[in-house]
Amino acid sequence: MLHIFCPHCGEYREEEEFRCKGQAHIARPLDPEACSDEEWGHFMFFRQNTRGQHRELWVHSTGCRKHFNVIRNTVTYEIEKVYLVGTKPETEGAAS
Amino acid sequence: MSEVLEPKKASAAGTVASAEPVYALMDQRPADMSNAESPLSRFRWQVSSSGKNVGVVARELALLGHFILRGNVANADFVKGAAEVLGVELPGTLKSNAKGNLVVRWLAPDEWLITVPGEQAFAIESNLRKRLTGHYSLVNVSGGQTLLVLSGADAVNVLRKSCHYDVHDRNFPVGKVVGTTFAKAQCVIRRAGQQEWELVIRRSFADYLAAWIQDAAQEYGFAVK
Amino acid sequence: MSQTNRLSSGGLIDRRKPLSFQYNGKQYQGYEGDTLASALLANGVDIIGRSFKYSRPRGIVAAGAEEPNAVMQIGASEATQIPNVRATQQALYEGLVSSATNGWPNVDFDVMSYVGKIGGKMMPPGFYYKTFMWPQTMWPTYEKYIRKAAGLGRSSTMKDPDQYDTLNHHCDVMIVGAGPTGLAAARAAAATGARVIIADEQEMFGGSLLSSRELINGKPAIDWVRTVVDELSANPDVVMLPRSTVNGYHDHNFVTIHERRADHIGDRAPVGMTRQRMHRVRAHWVVLATGAQERPLVFAHNDVPGVMLASAVTTYIERFGVVPGNELVLMTSNDDAYLTALSWASTGRKVVAVVDSRAKADGDLVKQVIDKGIRVIFGSAVYDVDGGTRVKAARISGLTADGKKLTGKSETLSCDTIASSGGWSPVVHLSCHTGSRPVWDDNIIGFVPGETQQKQLIAGGIRGHYDLLDCLTEGMNCGYVAAERSGYGPVGKRPEYKVARIRRSPAMPLFLVPHLKPISQAPKQFVDLQNDVTSAGIELATREGFESIEHVKRYTAMGFGTDQGKLGNINGMAITAQVLGKSIAETGTTVFRPNYTPITFGAIAGRNCGELFDAKRYSAMQPWHEENGALFEDVGQWKRPWYFPKSGETMQQSLNREVLAVRNSVGILDASTLGKIDIQGKDAREFLARVYTNAWAKLGVGKCRYGLMCKEDGMVFDDGVTSCLAENHFLMTTTTGGAARVLEWLELYHQTEWPELEVYMTSVTDHWATMTISGPNSRKLLAQLTDDIDLDKDTFKFMDWRPGTVAGVPARVFRISFTGELSYEINVSANHGLQVWKKLMEVGKQYDITPYGTETMHVLRAEKGFIIVGQDTDSTLTPYDLGMGWAVAPTKPFSFIGKRGMAREDAVKPNRKQLVGLMAKKPDVVIPEGSQAVANPNQPIPMTMLGHITSSYYSATLGRSIAMGLIRGGLDRMGETVYYPQADGSVIEAEICSPVFYDPKGDRQNV
Ligand SMILES: [Zn+2]
Repeated sequence: MLHIFCPHCGEYREEEEFRCKGQAHIARPLDPEACSDEEWGHFMFFRQNTRGQHRELWVHSTGCRKHFNVIRNTVTYEIEKVYLVGTKPETEGAAS
Repeated sequence: MSEVLEPKKASAAGTVASAEPVYALMDQRPADMSNAESPLSRFRWQVSSSGKNVGVVARELALLGHFILRGNVANADFVKGAAEVLGVELPGTLKSNAKGNLVVRWLAPDEWLITVPGEQAFAIESNLRKRLTGHYSLVNVSGGQTLLVLSGADAVNVLRKSCHYDVHDRNFPVGKVVGTTFAKAQCVIRRAGQQEWELVIRRSFADYLAAWIQDAAQEYGFAVK
Repeated sequence: MSQTNRLSSGGLIDRRKPLSFQYNGKQYQGYEGDTLASALLANGVDIIGRSFKYSRPRGIVAAGAEEPNAVMQIGASEATQIPNVRATQQALYEGLVSSATNGWPNVDFDVMSYVGKIGGKMMPPGFYYKTFMWPQTMWPTYEKYIRKAAGLGRSSTMKDPDQYDTLNHHCDVMIVGAGPTGLAAARAAAATGARVIIADEQEMFGGSLLSSRELINGKPAIDWVRTVVDELSANPDVVMLPRSTVNGYHDHNFVTIHERRADHIGDRAPVGMTRQRMHRVRAHWVVLATGAQERPLVFAHNDVPGVMLASAVTTYIERFGVVPGNELVLMTSNDDAYLTALSWASTGRKVVAVVDSRAKADGDLVKQVIDKGIRVIFGSAVYDVDGGTRVKAARISGLTADGKKLTGKSETLSCDTIASSGGWSPVVHLSCHTGSRPVWDDNIIGFVPGETQQKQLIAGGIRGHYDLLDCLTEGMNCGYVAAERSGYGPVGKRPEYKVARIRRSPAMPLFLVPHLKPISQAPKQFVDLQNDVTSAGIELATREGFESIEHVKRYTAMGFGTDQGKLGNINGMAITAQVLGKSIAETGTTVFRPNYTPITFGAIAGRNCGELFDAKRYSAMQPWHEENGALFEDVGQWKRPWYFPKSGETMQQSLNREVLAVRNSVGILDASTLGKIDIQGKDAREFLARVYTNAWAKLGVGKCRYGLMCKEDGMVFDDGVTSCLAENHFLMTTTTGGAARVLEWLELYHQTEWPELEVYMTSVTDHWATMTISGPNSRKLLAQLTDDIDLDKDTFKFMDWRPGTVAGVPARVFRISFTGELSYEINVSANHGLQVWKKLMEVGKQYDITPYGTETMHVLRAEKGFIIVGQDTDSTLTPYDLGMGWAVAPTKPFSFIGKRGMAREDAVKPNRKQLVGLMAKKPDVVIPEGSQAVANPNQPIPMTMLGHITSSYYSATLGRSIAMGLIRGGLDRMGETVYYPQADGSVIEAEICSPVFYDPKGDRQNV
């Protein structure tokens, strides 16, 4: 049971209020038709399986229904950073 | 799943009002309310047998007008307009503002729940529609939810059995509003008084939540008003 | 037999309150304050079970959670049976009924003792794997008898009459353990104003102080305990949880506590009280003050009843006033155990000797024992025990300084009790739950908690610090630090603790006492008493190549019992290290996982059982459905009317009647459960165009349109009708099950991909009560209930919507159809749903209006070939696969979600599975849903499967069966025959056809 800080509610909340939506910063190609099948396949299906700092997209489902990003350490389960969608703070060692 | 890094921001400024009605507006409340049924009007409450030692009292605030207002606080005229019509400011994060029977609850950075006496609902909806500018939305959800107030010395314990949110005075002062999980459903909780907690309950979940609450409250002595 | 071992005074029991209880069918008496174990010992009950594998008689060994043997079946009735209760942790109450868990048919004589005697040779470690797993088919047979004979306890076959619940907490400082360390920590933290929770598994707070003779500030320790407990009780921000085992320590300082609220009161909880409660605590800081458990020494026949832990013997004497024997031999490697000799001697019973493995020791306690004239034999050890059902004598011999070999002559000491102590093992279990590995510390001869990610402090026994003053001081300091780090304090004046220090001489690391014979030939030296793991078994495991401690554990089953090897694991690791010629630090330890002690399912389930197991959702018309005999179907959490049987009808008869009513007159369906999303904003239309596959630019106000939604992969995931309420205002409907999912998905795209679009979405699913009237008479019916909606077929057309009043209630009426008939979907605020429904029923009587449920709806829509997402689709089908290419607008300017995906090479390849209609050649045969299609029913298995049936019904309208299903390349195979082999060997023959079975031109909905 993680304790997650929602940047929109400004509070820590229990994990059961949230849902993880997978790896963060998977940008939808601006011109999908211009993508080869391989490029589109990478966008669709290829994800990191990081050991250590992992950027994830979460949504505060039963709270404010807003999405936000976290950097979660997959080894320690520590949440090292929480930040708004549309931003991407640099973090030492974090996979991009 | 997906995300752009530098999204184009939605414009905060108000747009020019169109001559056509761009939003549908309808008084959804009939003149004759005698057959109306609130979500909990038919629930068969089981209260504790003895009248004394009542630690938890439940009371439905039925058939109020409920509206979801969404808008951008960066649009000063939207914020100002809402305050003018409602008579209270739109509350900030996790707060509520009340004036008489009108209560405005913060739900999200761009979302509020307004509850008003049922008979005032359409007037307030119409006035908001007239006054608000820019990008916003206003939705009547009066039939979809109800308020259930739990009061009494042990009301707080019913909450602690039902949701994981910290309901201690230091974390949940009077007036605070929190959206969280409640049993296996979702709920918006507002602390209306020292021993008074107001739950926003969705209609379809009302029977389940009422059954849950009365079961959790039995050991403290439970009554319904 | 009365309480022969009970002292006439002393202890924390109340001799004025006798309690009678039952054990294995016999009546006994104990006192309030007893545990079941202390009461049994008071009554001289030696054997409390038989061992798991060898069926050897076993007695009580410990006084707490670590007890491996005294595992009881409790319960006075079938409904209140509880298996695997440790007698050492079960408070005695009047009328308690208990029996031994192990030992079928009884503990004194049983079948397994014969098996066991042979089994000594027959059942080496790995025996189960080696023998019973082959041939595998016989395993269930073996297992049944082994389990029955070994007896693992049994749960009730009836519903548990008690209630359980959960309580959530948040605190600044969570203190685990209410011994001296924990109490000092709680007191300190509470003094700062922090919110404190302190939990302890025992009946009362005090821990080791409950059986201690030490003084704190010049007064008996128990007085200090009472003072602190009173002080904490008066503080409203302190939660005190006795009888509460902290069972799990999870990430981010989340702690689960199992409180036994009523297990000490009686067979059932008092009315209005839950029997057990799970506390779920989120703590800023956690202080582990879990103390230490004594480690027994391993020697031959160390399982004979009467061999006990030294500290347990002390506890029984000091806390319960019970001396569990007459003549004691104490075997120790450290000073602390000398307390046991002192306690025993104080009762007037005989201490035969203290056998100390160390060459010499001169600590304070040692001196006190010698001063009392008790014989102390240094440099020696108990290496074997005489006796079968009770200790008769201890065999001792000299021991080399390294503890590896016996030297000198043996001596036999007559006695009935052997107390042994190999020192203390810190209770590190909780510290391991989040992945931290304990670290071996040579100084304290034990594992201590390793580094952790948690905001955790440790104090006292868990660090290997056993001196009382150290415990109090460390506890206090941790309490302050934890509070300060949570934002409280500092406090000015700290309490001072004055405790006389006990000087201790160094302990000796000793785990296995050597025998005259080598390990493999020595009599059984038990390491794990509950699972009958011996030193020879561990040696055999290492000889067979299992060198990792995790492998040794699994191979021998060491630590796999309900006690999780609390007594045996460290000895097992030490013996493994010794056999491998490694240090314990090198061998390492296995990892402890939640739960610390077994927990009832009731406590885990809490209130989430029976009627409250899951949320049940109902529409506003539910009371009418119930009154009118509807049967219900689960659709997600919703309860939806399935069909409305009339008396004497079969299900098929009901469906036929309901279907024909819709086709011939008018039916009514509660469609309130459909997901409904209000969409507002100037970019709403653009947003719809991006999330639906079809076009929305030109949908006018007052119009409705059906849309398909795909995921990026181009596969259909939801569908529904969206209506234009005003230029910037739309109402979207989704499937019942997809409502929440679709809304969250729309928000995801809006918030992360297209925040520049000015659009807001709000769920109105619960707000609108929706009733569909469908059938040729629906217009006539509606006309009688509205006077402000023009129902003329040329002005209010199919796929239009109109606002107005229905039955006196403001309504939005949508002329859309899922049945293919003339239909109106009436939406009113749900506060008025029931009244409008009733009015429709009343006025509709003249048309014989017929309520229909989801099953009838399914038949009606299948007759028209309308899909149900999730039934006819399974996330592998594009709109084209469904024959719904008409609902895709590839020329839309924005590359809508799914467009690129459905253009992938794989998504456009020929011979994909496609949705078609299927007609069984025999019209009365309904092909079972899920049946697999093959081209040649005579093909040998494995057959080439072409697809499967997704929907299949008997159509009363057509007087024959109909089906929809997937067939490879099906859209190009109209008229071909496929075969559906059935499990019973029969084969159903069917013809591929259009899925639109009825009214293919759609005339009926356009009238
Ligand atoms: Zn939030």
